[in-house]
Amino acid sequence: MNEKKKIRRHMGLRASSAISNSVIHVLLVIISIIWLIPFVCIVLQSFRLELSGPVGYVIPKKWGFDNYVALLGRSDFRQWYINTFIIALVNAALQTVIVLCMSYALSRFRFKMRGALMRLMMVLGLFPGMLTMIILYRVLKDLGLTEANAVPGLILVYVASSGMGYYVSKGFFDTIPKSLDEAARVDGATRMQVLFKIILPLAKPIVIYTILTAFMAPWGDYVFARYISFENPVGMNVAVGMYKWLTLDQISSNYTMFCAGGVIVAIPVTILFLCLQRYYVEGVTGGAVKG
Amino acid sequence: MKRYSDLEYLQLSKWKKLCYRLACFFRSIPTALKNLVLAVGLFFKNAALAVVREFKDIFLTFKDGDIHTKISYVFMGWGSLRRGQILRGLLFFLFEAVFIFYMVVSGGYWLSMLPSLGKVGPGKTYDPILDTYYYTYNDNSFKILLYGVLTIFFIIAFVYTWRVNVKQNKIAEDILKSGKPLKSGRDDLRSLVDDKFHKTLLALPVTGILIFTVLPIVFMILVAFTNYDGSHDGYINGLFGWQGFENFRTLFSWKGANGHSYAATFGEILTWTLIWAVFATFTNYFLGMFVAMMINKRGVRVKKLWRTILVMTIAIPQFISLLYVSKMFAKNGIVNGVLLDLGWIDQAIDFWGSTAHNGLLARALVIVINIWIGIPYLMLIATGILMNIPSDLYESAKIDGASGWKQYTKITLPYMLFITGPYLLTQFTSNMNNFNVIFLLTGGKPTNTAASWASGNVGYTDLLITWLFKITTGEEAKYYLASVVGIMVFVVVALITLIVYNRLPSVKNEEDFQ
Repeated sequence: MNEKKKIRRHMGLRASSAISNSVIHVLLVIISIIWLIPFVCIVLQSFRLELSGPVGYVIPKKWGFDNYVALLGRSDFRQWYINTFIIALVNAALQTVIVLCMSYALSRFRFKMRGALMRLMMVLGLFPGMLTMIILYRVLKDLGLTEANAVPGLILVYVASSGMGYYVSKGFFDTIPKSLDEAARVDGATRMQVLFKIILPLAKPIVIYTILTAFMAPWGDYVFARYISFENPVGMNVAVGMYKWLTLDQISSNYTMFCAGGVIVAIPVTILFLCLQRYYVEGVTGGAVKG
Repeated sequence: MKRYSDLEYLQLSKWKKLCYRLACFFRSIPTALKNLVLAVGLFFKNAALAVVREFKDIFLTFKDGDIHTKISYVFMGWGSLRRGQILRGLLFFLFEAVFIFYMVVSGGYWLSMLPSLGKVGPGKTYDPILDTYYYTYNDNSFKILLYGVLTIFFIIAFVYTWRVNVKQNKIAEDILKSGKPLKSGRDDLRSLVDDKFHKTLLALPVTGILIFTVLPIVFMILVAFTNYDGSHDGYINGLFGWQGFENFRTLFSWKGANGHSYAATFGEILTWTLIWAVFATFTNYFLGMFVAMMINKRGVRVKKLWRTILVMTIAIPQFISLLYVSKMFAKNGIVNGVLLDLGWIDQAIDFWGSTAHNGLLARALVIVINIWIGIPYLMLIATGILMNIPSDLYESAKIDGASGWKQYTKITLPYMLFITGPYLLTQFTSNMNNFNVIFLLTGGKPTNTAASWASGNVGYTDLLITWLFKITTGEEAKYYLASVVGIMVFVVVALITLIVYNRLPSVKNEEDFQ
C-alpha cells in the first residue's frame, strides 16, 4: 500500500466517523425530544386556563397561574402532599437503618442460618406482594392504622418488609476489603465500632443511594396506599388522591389541576434526585447489577 | 440420537448446530427431572436423619446430665440460673412463662378453632317490643386463621428455644467439667455488639419480614383453600371454611358459560403476561444498551446533557408520567389532536379501546411506552458496564479487521450478557409482575368481554397481577381466587427462575471474563 492510498483511507475513516457522529447527534436530539415531550406538555397544560379538561392541542390559548393558586388553596391536596412528604421522610430514615443492618450482617458475618435466610428471602421475593395487601389491610384496620391514620400504617408496611431489599448495599459492602475490619479488630475494636467508625464512612455513596430510593418510592406508590387509605381523603397520598382527578367523571374539570399537581409533586423530587444523581448512578451501576 | 464430539459439532452447519442443541436440551429433560427427584429425596433423607440426631442428643443430654439439667427440661432456664448465668436463665424462664400464659389465655382457643374456622356465624334476633333486629357477631374466621397461624409460629419458636435451652445446659456442663468459668451476663451483652453483633443487626429486620411478609404469605396461601370472599368475610357477612382443592379445580376447569372458562381466561392472561415480559425485558435491554453505546461513543459531545435528560425521567414519580402519557393517547388526547390537525388521520384512533386482533394496538402501545419508561435505567446500567470492557479487546479486534457489527456481537454483547444475566432474569420476573405500568396506563383495557365472564372485568392488556388486583376489588371480592392466581404466579415465576438461573453463563462459568 503506498502512502497516498493510506492517507486517503485515513481520510475516509475520519469522514465516515464524522458522518456517523452527526447521525448519532441527530438521533440523540430526537431521543431527548421524545423523552421530554410529555413533561413539556404537562407543564404547558398546567398553565392552561380556557378549558380544564383534556384538549387536542399543546400550547394553551390563555395562560395563567390560576390552576396553581386553586390547587394550593385545596386543603385536601395540601393534606395529601404533607402525608406523602412525612411518609417519604420517615421511610427514608427507617428503611435506610433496616437495609444497612441487614446488608452489613449478610456481607460480613458467616453464621449458621445465613444461607437459609438469603434463600428464604429470594423465595419470598417471588411471591406477588399484592397478595399480602388484603391481610395487611385487615390487620392494620384492627390496629386502627387505616383510613384517617393511614400514614403510620403505610410507614409500618413499607419499613417492615424493607429488609428484603438488601441486595444493592450488600453488593457494595462486599467490595470493601475485609482486611480493614480485621485490622480494626486486632486493635481491639468491637464489631459495632467497626461498622460505625470504619465501614459507614466508606459506604457514604450507598447510604445516600438507599436514602434517596427510600425517599422517592412513596411518591409513586399507588396500590398499597389506596388500599390502606380506603377512600378516606385524610389518609391519602398524592398518587391516590390525584388518580381520582383523571377518572371519567372528574377529568373534564380537573385535568389541568392534575397537571399543576404533577408539576408541584415532581419538582422537589426531581431537584433532589438531580443533586444526588452521582450517588444514584454509583448505586445502580455498582450494586444493582451484580444482584 | 448420535452424540457428536466437539470437533464434529464445530463442523456442522448453523442449522444443524441449532437442531443438535435443541435435541440435546430435550434429551436432558428426563435426566434433569430424575436429578430433581433425587435431590428432593436426598433433602428429605437428610432432614429425617437430622431429626433423629436431634432426638438422640436430647435423650442423651437428659440421661447424662445432672439434676439441674434434668429440671431444665421442664423449667426452662433452671440450669442456667443455678450455674450463675442469671441473664440467660431469666430470659429462658420469661419466654416459657409468656408462652404458657399466651397458650392458656388465647393460643389454645385459636388453635382449637383452626380446623373449623369458626362454628357460630353472625345471627340476628327479632325484638318484638322495639320492632328491630339485633345483630350478633360471634366467631371470626379471619382472626381464627390469622391468630391460628401466628400461634403455630409461636409454638415453633418455643420448641426451638426449648431445644436451645437443652443444648445450653449440655455446653455449660462440658465447660464446667473442663474447669473453665462460664460466660457471665455481661459477657453475653458484650458479645451482642461484638462477635454476635449480627444477631442485634438482624433482630429487627427479620422480625419485620416474619410478621409483615412471611405471615401474610402463609395466610394467603391458606386462603386459597377456603371460600373467603366478599360475602364470606368471616365475621359480619358470614363465616368462611376450608374447601380443600376446590378453588384450584375451579381455576383449571374448562367448563363455563359462552364457551369461556376460568382455565381459558387464565391461559389467555398468562400467555399475554409472558409475551409482555419477553418484549418489555428485551426491547428495553437492547435499546437501552444501544442508547448507552451512542452516548459513550468517542466524539459524541455533551455526554452529560444527554444522560441527565434521560435520567431526569427516572426521578418523576411514575404515577404522574404514566397517567399523563395514558391520557395523551386517549381518544380526545393530545396525540390524536395533533395527528388530526396535521391531517394524517381523519378520525381519532381509539388506542385504549380498540379490541381488534385481541387488543393488538393497546398491547403494542403498552410495550412502546414501557420502552420510554425503561431505557433510562438500562442506559445507566449499560454505561457502567460498557466502560469496564477492556479497550484492548476492541483494539485487537480492529487490527484483525473486525467490523463494528462483529465487534458488537463478539465482544460487547457477550460481555454485557455475561454480567447482566442475573439482572435480566430478575427484570423478566419483575416485568411479569409489573403492576404499575399496566394499571396506570390502561387499567387492563380494552375490555375482553368473552373472558370477563370469569371474575374481575378482564381486559386484553391485563397481566396476571392486575387481574389478581381486580378480583380482590370487585363487588364479589373473591379473595380465595386471587390467592389461587397468586400461587400460580409464584409457581410460574419460580419455575422460570429455577430453569434459567442454573443455565446463566455467569453462574455456570464464573471465571470466563475475569
